[in-house]
Amino acid sequence: MAILIDKDTKVLVLGLTGRIGSFHTQDMINHGTNVVGGVTPGKGGTTHNGLPVFNTVKGAVAETGADLAICFVPPPFAADSIMEAADAGIKTCVCIADGIPAQDMIHVKRYMRRYKSENRMRLIGPNCAGIITPGQAFAGLMPPHIYLPGRIGIIGRSGTLGYEAASQMKEKGIGVSSSIGIGGDPINGSSFRDILELFENDPDTDAVVMVGEIGGPQEAEAAAYIRDHMKKPVAAYIAGLSAPKGRRMGHAGAIVSAFGESAQEKVEILSEAGVTIVPTPSSFGEVVEKMIA
Amino acid sequence: MDIHEYQAKELLKRFGVAVPRGGIAYSPEQAVYRSNELSGDKWVVKAQIHSGARGKAGGVRICSSEEEVAEAAQWMLGRKLVTHQTGPQGKLVGRLYIEEATNIAQEIYLGFVLDRKEERVVVVASAQGGMEIEEISSNEPDSIIRSVVDPAVGMQAFQAREIAFQLGLDAALIPQATKTIIGCYRAMSELDANMVEVNPLVVTTSGEIVALDAKLSFDENALFRRPDISELRDKSQEDQRETYASDRGLSYIGLEGKIGCIVNGAGLAMATLDMIKMAGGEPANFLDVGGGASPERVLMSFKAVLNDKNVEAILVNIFAGINRCDWIAEGVVRAVKELNLKLPLVVRLAGTNVEEGRQLLADSGLNITTADTLTDAASKVVAAWKEASQKEPV
Repeated sequence: MAILIDKDTKVLVLGLTGRIGSFHTQDMINHGTNVVGGVTPGKGGTTHNGLPVFNTVKGAVAETGADLAICFVPPPFAADSIMEAADAGIKTCVCIADGIPAQDMIHVKRYMRRYKSENRMRLIGPNCAGIITPGQAFAGLMPPHIYLPGRIGIIGRSGTLGYEAASQMKEKGIGVSSSIGIGGDPINGSSFRDILELFENDPDTDAVVMVGEIGGPQEAEAAAYIRDHMKKPVAAYIAGLSAPKGRRMGHAGAIVSAFGESAQEKVEILSEAGVTIVPTPSSFGEVVEKMIA
Repeated sequence: MDIHEYQAKELLKRFGVAVPRGGIAYSPEQAVYRSNELSGDKWVVKAQIHSGARGKAGGVRICSSEEEVAEAAQWMLGRKLVTHQTGPQGKLVGRLYIEEATNIAQEIYLGFVLDRKEERVVVVASAQGGMEIEEISSNEPDSIIRSVVDPAVGMQAFQAREIAFQLGLDAALIPQATKTIIGCYRAMSELDANMVEVNPLVVTTSGEIVALDAKLSFDENALFRRPDISELRDKSQEDQRETYASDRGLSYIGLEGKIGCIVNGAGLAMATLDMIKMAGGEPANFLDVGGGASPERVLMSFKAVLNDKNVEAILVNIFAGINRCDWIAEGVVRAVKELNLKLPLVVRLAGTNVEEGRQLLADSGLNITTADTLTDAASKVVAAWKEASQKEPV
């Protein structure tokens, strides 16, 4: 089934009735996603986009059996919404919001540890474009037509660079099993390492492309995991080779503040771990083609 | 968002952190008045700029007479101080902080950061204060004490005590040190700061613990719920190009080069800068127009880029997901016409409605170079920039 989402996944939309939520939910439905309902506190009992609306995530899960939540709630309220999903038994929550306060994310991560690991919700994002299994379903705001169904996994901190990778691969006739946006925030739900593990164990994925950038320890963690535990080949691009030190480059997490966080250092660490480096954002297609040949 | 030292001290004081007495001054006369008000016979005149390492740039001076205070104030006010944190253009001194001098027995480093590996607040301390943390970690790595705070319960007194004892402080100083450490943590969590740094925290010869310098940096994503912190913003300390853009909701960072960039997505924008550099050019800025960019937003982005008088060529690079290439193209055409743009312009469009977008550019009859890939776009804009700069008479 590729990873995290397929055509049977029951998707619940948090913040369904907002402008952004409505728009993207319709696009998700148009592309085959099994959306079962939405949550907007105070609008329970009504319908929106032809979907039942619930007041609480718990209520929605009880009625619909939803297992994945996509959260379009605006940044000031997103942390609350993620915690509600975690408490309601949602398995995977994808959060789009760009601009959640860092301390809210610290609380979210701490809150999620209340649940035993086997019951703990998997959070994807925030500040990401979402997740897609091409040809089946998606939860997010990516343009589904740029992805060809196939057997290569994509993991990216950047939405648009993930699009670059997918569309260049499509031009070469190479398809994607699933593409997962882990987001550009300094404290996020799932790391490269977490998603690499899912792809390594996924029988429908043959190889993985990572799209990383400056800032944070997660690319280096991924390198150690790839070296010690992965059999499938991995290619990686790291953005920000020319980024000045100590400046935040758009993403809240794209800032070099410690050793090993610059693009040059990450490229070195990853190539030492046996990862194929994608040298430019225009060479995803060629590099992946060569890697899987 | 950064604030000034005196503002940081005022905030920390509210959380029980002891700071030297002092007052703000905007003129040499006020500086002298402040020193009189403080009484005593020794004062420190401190330039208030958003940067560390002010001392080396002449921004901190110890004075023992009114004349010296006036002279230091005169020298600093209106001057641009250059430190390794300000960049070559330096930062303007618009206000001074006049503080009573402190007799130092020991200097300590005390910092609080959001640690990305722990995903929690981590306290970093060292008995080797006074130098920057980077220096401490390379020169005295064993002196560094770390303590992780559980966000569910906040910092506990025992943790602060442990740090204080590890710093080797006298037993008599432990209660004061504990209060200081917990006060800083509370300021960080209750004000949504990203970083609190007291360097140095000093033990005075009379046995008191005082924050001699203080730096607070705030999470911009949390300012919506901290209006009193937003008020502390000092635009004179910012890059004016960045102020213009951020006031209009654009994510923009000013750089030193000549090629202006308009891109959607932070990752793609970073990659675009990398490609310009690889092609032999230097980017003038980072600019992410964001998702769902309307023609108006594109026009506004052009204005922000052109606000930088060093810009000699522009690259627009869009991979439209929720964006639409035709909207972007409409914005580009409007910008070229309304702003009477004469600089070389390269536009690369991909993704949603790309054909409509390219058609709009072609039909406009304007002198716009188009490109298919990012590599292609970067080399075209660098070539166009080089050609244009050679044409100009030297």
